Amino acid sequence: MCLAVPARVIEVEGDYARVDIDGIRMRICVALVDDLAVGEYVLVHTGFAIHKLDLDKAIKTLELLRRMVNDHENAE
Amino acid sequence: MLNDPRAAVRLVREIEGIALRLAPRRVTLMEVCGTHTAVIVKSGLRRLLPKNIQLVSGPGCPVCVTPPGLIDAAITLAGRPRVILVTFGDMLRVPGGGGSLEAARAGGADVRVIYSPTELFALARENRSSRIVFFSAGFETTAPSVAWTLMQAERSGIENLFVIAANKLLPPALEVLAQAPDLRIDGFICPGHVSAIIGASAFEAVARTHHVPAVVSGFEPVDILLAVLMLLRQVQAAKALVEIAYMRAVTFGGNRRAQVIIRTVFKRVDSEWRGFSLIPDSGLGFTKGYARFDAVMEAGMAVESGRPAPGCMCGEILRGVKSPEECGLFGTTCTPETPIGPCIVSSEGTCAAHYNQKTAGIDDF
Repeated sequence: MCLAVPARVIEVEGDYARVDIDGIRMRICVALVDDLAVGEYVLVHTGFAIHKLDLDKAIKTLELLRRMVNDHENAE
Repeated sequence: MLNDPRAAVRLVREIEGIALRLAPRRVTLMEVCGTHTAVIVKSGLRRLLPKNIQLVSGPGCPVCVTPPGLIDAAITLAGRPRVILVTFGDMLRVPGGGGSLEAARAGGADVRVIYSPTELFALARENRSSRIVFFSAGFETTAPSVAWTLMQAERSGIENLFVIAANKLLPPALEVLAQAPDLRIDGFICPGHVSAIIGASAFEAVARTHHVPAVVSGFEPVDILLAVLMLLRQVQAAKALVEIAYMRAVTFGGNRRAQVIIRTVFKRVDSEWRGFSLIPDSGLGFTKGYARFDAVMEAGMAVESGRPAPGCMCGEILRGVKSPEECGLFGTTCTPETPIGPCIVSSEGTCAAHYNQKTAGIDDF
């Protein structure tokens, strides 16, 4: 019930937006998030954007994991 | 990288190192989100973890913690003339004290499933001579969507829409679990999407007052392993803090706009959970301005507690004190096809996750 999927914003129309979820186009409600711009990513739950995804932080997490793996492989 | 087995292996090695230093101490971590439970079971994470690190499932399935009496009330309402009972799909097959909404539908009641609360507008407009009754079960993730929908309905003057307010709040339940006499929890893997709304700081009381570390986790196996590692580091250092392992989606403050929308429509009320009885301030009722949407009040009904089926251990399973395999009904009389308790039939139920693995021939427990 708390399942949410990331979606890319294609077009904003007031309280609603068209988004792309893995190639599937959907119209969702974006009234719960502030200042949404085309190209941003949101988490979608029951047809609502519940939060903007922070790409910088996503990249940081991936970097952290990548470093962990690389450090280890270099040590071997 | 989040699906990279090498990252999972590295994290498991780090976890093993700490587990070895903590041994022979057993560490019990609870995941309190049904989606986490499903990922943990499906990806076999339990088997990857060292013997002295135990993951137990908590009350993370909103449909499962809905008291049977409220489901019975919904079934009663669905049976009344000119009522369209609307629900998310998860609730359809969940047994109350007697029967389910699916059985009521088979018996002629008008029960419909929606994906998004925004569908309620069209339903109300297209069926003006009927009462649209939405059974709103969910945690804080779902609450703002329902609240915004009611704000719009109020603005548009929709008069035939009503809601059974069954939304629950997770932090108060965690506080109860942190003090449970029959289970010692060393750390909470906190729900990622609930936290996206309420903010990780909502779990401060769990960490500060009850001294149980809390780490908010995402939903990839690697996310969960990272949360486990962060929790174990806290256990090792004898700390109890709230931390975020799901930085891309969660902040400490959460979604302020969604929080304001929730507070406009709903207020905190004492609420009954299946398996827990009454938890203070753990549910959402209507504020004065939105009381007219209250389906139970409007129907003049008194909701009884209702009784779970004899022998059903869903209550203990939701509190993490029993596993599905310890229930005498699990997989024999109680299956997804013939559900006796909610945990076997909801997609987020602990019993459902275990049952699906069992039938797939994977014994991970």
